[in-house]
Amino acid sequence: MLFHTSTRSTRRAGAFAALAVTVALVATGCAAGEATPGGTGGDANLAITFVPKNLGNAYFDTSDAGGKEAIEEFGGTYDEQAPAEGSPDGQVSFINTLTQQQVGGLVVSANDPTAICDAINEAREAGIKVVTFDSDTSPECRDLFINQATAEGIAKIQVDLIAEQIGDEGEIAILSATANATNQNAWIELMKTDLAANHPKIKLVEVVYGDDDDQTSFDKTAALLQTYPNLKGIVSPTTVGIAAAARYLQTSDFKGKVQLTGLGTPNQLRDYVEDGTVTAFALWNPADLGYLAAYATKALIEGDITGKEGDEFEAGKLGKYKVGENGSVLLGDPYTFNAENIADFNF
Amino acid sequence: MTSLTLDRESVGTRVLHGLGGFLRARETGILLALILVIVITTAKNPNFLFSNDGFRDLLLTPSLVMLLAVGQAVVIITRNVDLSVGSTLGLTAYMTGRVFIDFPGIPIIVVFLVGILFGALLGLVNGALIAFAKVPALVITLGTLYAYRGINVLWTGSDRINASDLPKDFLALGTARLGPIPVLTIIAVIVLIAAGWYLRNQRGGRELYAIGSDPAAANLYGLKVTRRVLVAFVVSGSLAGLAGVLYAARYGTVNSQAGSGWELDAVGAAVIGGVAIFGGSGSVWGAAIGAYLLLTINRALPILGVQDFWQRAVVGVLIIGAIVLDRVLALRTTKKLAEARDNDND
Amino acid sequence: MTELTANTAVMRTYKEYARPLWQRILFTREAAVYGALILVIIVASATVRNFATPITLNYLLLDITPILLIALPMTLVIITGEIDLSVASIVGLSSVTLGTLHQGGLPIEAAGLAALVVGAVAGAVNGFLITVVGLPSLAVTIGTLALYRGLAVGLLGTTAVTQYTEFWKDLAKSKIAGTTIPSVMILFVVLALVFAILLHFTAFGRGVFAIGLSPEAARFSGISVERTKFILFVLSGVVSALAGIYYTLRFGSARGDNATGLELSVIAAVLLGGVSIFGGRGALHGVIAGVLLIGTLGSALRLASITSDVINIITGALLVASVVSTSVLAWVRRKRIRPGGKKPGSAADTKG
Repeated sequence: MLFHTSTRSTRRAGAFAALAVTVALVATGCAAGEATPGGTGGDANLAITFVPKNLGNAYFDTSDAGGKEAIEEFGGTYDEQAPAEGSPDGQVSFINTLTQQQVGGLVVSANDPTAICDAINEAREAGIKVVTFDSDTSPECRDLFINQATAEGIAKIQVDLIAEQIGDEGEIAILSATANATNQNAWIELMKTDLAANHPKIKLVEVVYGDDDDQTSFDKTAALLQTYPNLKGIVSPTTVGIAAAARYLQTSDFKGKVQLTGLGTPNQLRDYVEDGTVTAFALWNPADLGYLAAYATKALIEGDITGKEGDEFEAGKLGKYKVGENGSVLLGDPYTFNAENIADFNF
Repeated sequence: MTSLTLDRESVGTRVLHGLGGFLRARETGILLALILVIVITTAKNPNFLFSNDGFRDLLLTPSLVMLLAVGQAVVIITRNVDLSVGSTLGLTAYMTGRVFIDFPGIPIIVVFLVGILFGALLGLVNGALIAFAKVPALVITLGTLYAYRGINVLWTGSDRINASDLPKDFLALGTARLGPIPVLTIIAVIVLIAAGWYLRNQRGGRELYAIGSDPAAANLYGLKVTRRVLVAFVVSGSLAGLAGVLYAARYGTVNSQAGSGWELDAVGAAVIGGVAIFGGSGSVWGAAIGAYLLLTINRALPILGVQDFWQRAVVGVLIIGAIVLDRVLALRTTKKLAEARDNDND
Repeated sequence: MTELTANTAVMRTYKEYARPLWQRILFTREAAVYGALILVIIVASATVRNFATPITLNYLLLDITPILLIALPMTLVIITGEIDLSVASIVGLSSVTLGTLHQGGLPIEAAGLAALVVGAVAGAVNGFLITVVGLPSLAVTIGTLALYRGLAVGLLGTTAVTQYTEFWKDLAKSKIAGTTIPSVMILFVVLALVFAILLHFTAFGRGVFAIGLSPEAARFSGISVERTKFILFVLSGVVSALAGIYYTLRFGSARGDNATGLELSVIAAVLLGGVSIFGGRGALHGVIAGVLLIGTLGSALRLASITSDVINIITGALLVASVVSTSVLAWVRRKRIRPGGKKPGSAADTKG
């Protein structure tokens, strides 16, 4: 039998078609009202979309807000799209959709150095400018990379902080974000080199991955403390990880005995600095990073620069910036936060 | 003339029978497995059991999944399954945070009630569709798993609930202890005892077993199958709601992915704990011990030197092992019953 | 005399079917799905910017290929009354196998073959537990869902293997010459034809339907129920592994948690496409239309900047609605039957 007949199929077909039509109409009807118009600004298409590693991350909320501020200053259109989890293929679907939507520029923080390259290259072939920030891809995939600070500088400041806090000897562990993130892996490698060269009495026992998910980072911290009873310090070069670890430490017996440092935002860690769970940590200003990235994208879209070494562009209130080697632009240096200065910041 | 003395077993025999039954019970087996895991891990690292943190975490972390497993057991006993509990937990956890933010000063007990009622409502949707439309629970709860999680993500947007948004005493509940036992565990155990008592001693509870054993017979017998199944899903939903509130207390930070994947642990815990997937047998005690066994193994793996990435695989092996064991035992019982019947007929 | 023969001739003519051909073709569940699909395409092309572009079709087909592939054997599995929840985990496992073996030095072709074998073994384990040990497929596949996903994640951790030869990555995304249709569609069309012939035109396929309608009757009719189900689960495993290879090459990333949750999309599409969850009814073309419908709806909504969670809500609601509507309509029909059992207006019906 090729087709199955059924007497109920008339009504079934009718009811089902009605349902599907209703759903489709409602959905696309709403959609039509919300469809983002891209490229309304004169000749240049200044619709810039930020694609951070994942949503629900305080660090990216701040950086993307900085980007939004910049975009509104120069009259473009801002949008933010990201997967809920920091996986490489999650970003690919969003980049594909944005390619179809013909946006003007993409600002991406990559979950993996090579996995999203194909998607990004397709976007660039369609005329979209792609700038990476915070976490890079391979240099051939993107037009520019906005680096918050040199990788060596970021690694060194965290190693210095933890060495100082534990008396330059003992066991430490690293609570990282996702296992593939370019920036995480770059910093961890440099930290290992620094430790081997300058801090022979400190032993790195394990690197665990919290996947930039709060609950996972929380549970991984608990597991670390259980597994290594002689642990002296934890370094967490991710704002989600350090916040979760601090929260666990605050209610545990290890508070004060195990030192915690890394990269964190002042707002998230203020409580813990004030009650002594965390002594000091480092970061830069993520809002400035997003701001700079947006201006760099605008310069690319308008043709002011092409991304080669030596190009200069204006970045609003941050002043003039120059493109360094490998198409990367440096924001500045990392900054240390501690009990004395944490009250001055609000991000 | 033979005296018509009733052949009563002596007290001793009865005690031995009871003891034998206890020892042969599935729940005892799992309890022994749990104790074994704890002993082995503590031998490797005494902090697992004997440190303050270790003992607290041992009891605390599994209590959330235990609530889910108890609800799941109630549903599975009626020959259904509820795959949407993880999404219900996440939605309720986020709602708890929102309630605290939007209504500052609200008493904690009210938030608990709101969470439970919300979970009950979500469970009611499931139950109504399954009981009234007579559709397989698998499909409905698969759909609501998707739909509830989507609603959660939509509501959350790119936000998240931070620990600083929640009142301090609510967060303190997450780690507070009554004596050596965490408060959350006490709450979960009270729920467990209530559920266990209801299923064993109350008419409604016994009827759930009947419905699971043979729905057609239960219908013919006049049991209110629709109502009981509805209640089972409402119970599962409310327990997931309660677990969501406790999740917010324990972890403090809630994002849109909270509870994602926990339904698998709940079903696994119930199955490992002796609740037959075909319905009609098992107990919530088994499901609770199963939940503890699963999560303790998860926490023990890193200490024993096994990468915790293998956790899922261990869960899978345990589930398959449990259902194979169930099947083998069922076959043996059928064979024994058939032999007994044949022998009696001689 | 002639009157008599004329009368008997008149009395003897009767229609072979209760309703005309056009009704039999158009008033089916599958036709409803086609209708909805066409409607969605028309509405989306009119209202969503950039939808009616060739590149959209390309991305759409690339995105839904894994679901299209896995829906083929899943249809057969559900028609027999079983279910396979472990398909997404087999995709992940095959992806990890491909990645680790290739990283370990094996050429991609050999690694791909190994991944297919792994998929076949995984399906065989499912089949063994269900047919030989006699366990319910729901429980078994929930267990293997965890087991295979656990093996995949355990092997790679949360690292991803992202180095693959450009040739294969490009092949996964290449287009058929001159069109925007991806070349994997050729693979899919071939497989779809194979499965369609298997299901609708062979004795094996008729056996599949028979098992779904009544395993006992099928057994007594001489159909080897266990062997059929075992073969179906192995097929499911192999095709899932194939989808896993494609997924890895398309995204260029082999990760333990690839394709998590894919089984929901597949089952939603299959049930939407008219296959009954109780078994015994369904057609492959309806399932393909169902996958296309969900894919098109998702693509249109994404282009309209509606976030993926709304798309998930709609998919979940469609899944629930498609199953509930069957029951509701059956209930309505029962209510409409007048005492005496005669339905108003129609002769003997075939039960579908």
